[in-house]
Amino acid sequence: MDESENAGPKSETPESEEQCIARESGYWRANIRLLAVLMTIWFTVSFGCGILFRDFLDQWSLGGYPLGFWFAQQGSIYVFIALIVVYVRRMRAIERKFGLDRE
Amino acid sequence: MTTQTLIYLFVGASFALYIGIAIASRAKSTSEFYVADGHVNPIVNGMATAADWMSAASFISMAGLIAFQGYDGSVYLMGWTGGYVMLALLLAPYLRKFGQYTVPDFIGARYYSSAARVVAVVCLIFISFTYIAGQMRGVGIVFSRFLEVPVDLGVIIGMGIVFIYAVLGGMKGITYTQVAQYCVLIFAYMVPAFFISFLITGMPVPQIGLGSAVADGSGLSVLQKLDGTLTDLGFTAYTDGTKSMIDVFCITAALMIGTAGLPHVIVRFFTVPSARDARKSAGWALVFIALLYTTAPAVGAFARLNFVEMVNETPYTQAPGWFSNWEANDLIAFNDRNGDGVMQYRSGDPFAGAPVFTGETGASGERLVSNAPVEGENEVYVDRDIMVLANPEIANLPGWVIALVAAGGLAAALSTAAGLLLVISTAVSHDLLKQTFRPHITDKGELRAARIAATAAILVAGYLGIYPPGFVAQVVAFAFGLAAASLFPAIFMGIFSKRMNKEGAIAGMVTGLVFTFLYIAWFKLWSPESNIAENWWFGISPEGIGVIGMLLNFAVALSVAAATKAPPLEIRQLVDRIRLPGNAGA
Repeated sequence: MDESENAGPKSETPESEEQCIARESGYWRANIRLLAVLMTIWFTVSFGCGILFRDFLDQWSLGGYPLGFWFAQQGSIYVFIALIVVYVRRMRAIERKFGLDRE
Repeated sequence: MTTQTLIYLFVGASFALYIGIAIASRAKSTSEFYVADGHVNPIVNGMATAADWMSAASFISMAGLIAFQGYDGSVYLMGWTGGYVMLALLLAPYLRKFGQYTVPDFIGARYYSSAARVVAVVCLIFISFTYIAGQMRGVGIVFSRFLEVPVDLGVIIGMGIVFIYAVLGGMKGITYTQVAQYCVLIFAYMVPAFFISFLITGMPVPQIGLGSAVADGSGLSVLQKLDGTLTDLGFTAYTDGTKSMIDVFCITAALMIGTAGLPHVIVRFFTVPSARDARKSAGWALVFIALLYTTAPAVGAFARLNFVEMVNETPYTQAPGWFSNWEANDLIAFNDRNGDGVMQYRSGDPFAGAPVFTGETGASGERLVSNAPVEGENEVYVDRDIMVLANPEIANLPGWVIALVAAGGLAAALSTAAGLLLVISTAVSHDLLKQTFRPHITDKGELRAARIAATAAILVAGYLGIYPPGFVAQVVAFAFGLAAASLFPAIFMGIFSKRMNKEGAIAGMVTGLVFTFLYIAWFKLWSPESNIAENWWFGISPEGIGVIGMLLNFAVALSVAAATKAPPLEIRQLVDRIRLPGNAGA
């Protein structure tokens, strides 16, 4: 990491230290909220749909797959990919919002 | 051209490619050797991570495990992919922002303690050697079956190839070789899967094929047909498991968390330019991994269906060619209990344990075994590891597909072995020498030490491959269990809890490590006869116990940290810094 390219606050006028700290803790709280939502979905599709509620979901089917079995062997993996895609996009938006998007 | 010529051609060409890449990307500094200078494009790194991650176990064994376990095989599918979500969201971006070379680097710095660093190094070396022994067995199987050379020579050839690109190129050489290896292995996995899916269902895409109807006019879906066939023979239905729900839950969790804590996977995220790229790269890695992992359940199900249809109630004298080929390699055996010369494939064991051949042949020409007899009707022994390798032969696919699979299996085993060797050599030259015992070593000296350590690790791995200790297969659970119970909680709390101090982290790591080690060692090594569900705590098998070890680690770490003094100010500032993206706060 290049220490020389130290990224300061985005605005032209220098911000006070309190503002900077508030901005950074706001960023961290938004990050934690996003993580909580995504990890809940992660748990629900894999451990929930694929294991705990699998028998219940098996009463429906998706093509030739019983639904719970599909979640365990296919669906959860597709959702995992979607979760990371959403995470990458949302984090970029959060970084922009809190002025932390400069390399 | 014969199949054998094609195999030599494909394997030879792929090896030439790997060596060519290695020579073109030789590492000149420790930074290039450890983390490819931190300049790897996130998509390229995602592909390299996928090759690093997908080992001989993923390529050769996993579909076979699923074929014989049905629903229970889901633990591997969810466990070995779900870990990437944890890695992408909870660890990778912060570790990249931290910006050093290794996992023990992070633990040593975050917990301001050489003791913590050394505990991490011990976990890392143990985990990596356990893992690498399995890769060497995979190399041995592929060589002995497909190249018709002795296993020992096969392992030595494999080690020679890895030596060239890991020792010369370091992380830089490994990264670009792994990209080539990913392409070889995924192509080799998908081509037969498309063929077989099309033959059975008329639908070439295996992920959809598994959910389609069998093209035999019965109107049954693949899974219905498989369930029916297997229950008729006395097996559990394919879509039902035999493991208890709590065990499936815990094994899945242990594999996921273990994946996120495996050092050779984590270190890949030190090679991209920024924390932002680390997130993106984890996403790409999962896409590349998912391609194989969503295909595997289809490969497993089709292989099981084909296997039953080709083998069951077939006279031994009319058995297909692949059957006697694998029998010659000790991985298949026919025990003609009722002396009718016809192979009855049923639930249960054909005899006790793995086959011990007497060297004599029976009435139909089958190789006789001297194993102790067991009750039951099953007459066929089949090693699960052959399913993927035998699949193209079982489905009568052309010779070039078989050659492709041989090259793919070697690519999978070699790419993972190289990644592991790098982690081991880094742990020795960087974490032990540079950071702990010889802080004044020069960059050049450290690079030389890394190369010597890599060479030594290759020799040990080769030895383990040629003389596999009997317990290797038994202790794979160690790698994931220990990573989940020791490294993952220490890294996680290091990022998400500013209050966590060295006393808490060390106490937690040691508790998780010792508890998990003793539980697995008791059931797998010291008292294997007691390894049954009734004796397990809460019904959790040794494979899943890492989760309990992790919970203990968290509980002990949090209580000890609450009772001891908070970490110093500069550590809290370090945590603040790694939580921010880009160079902010640097």
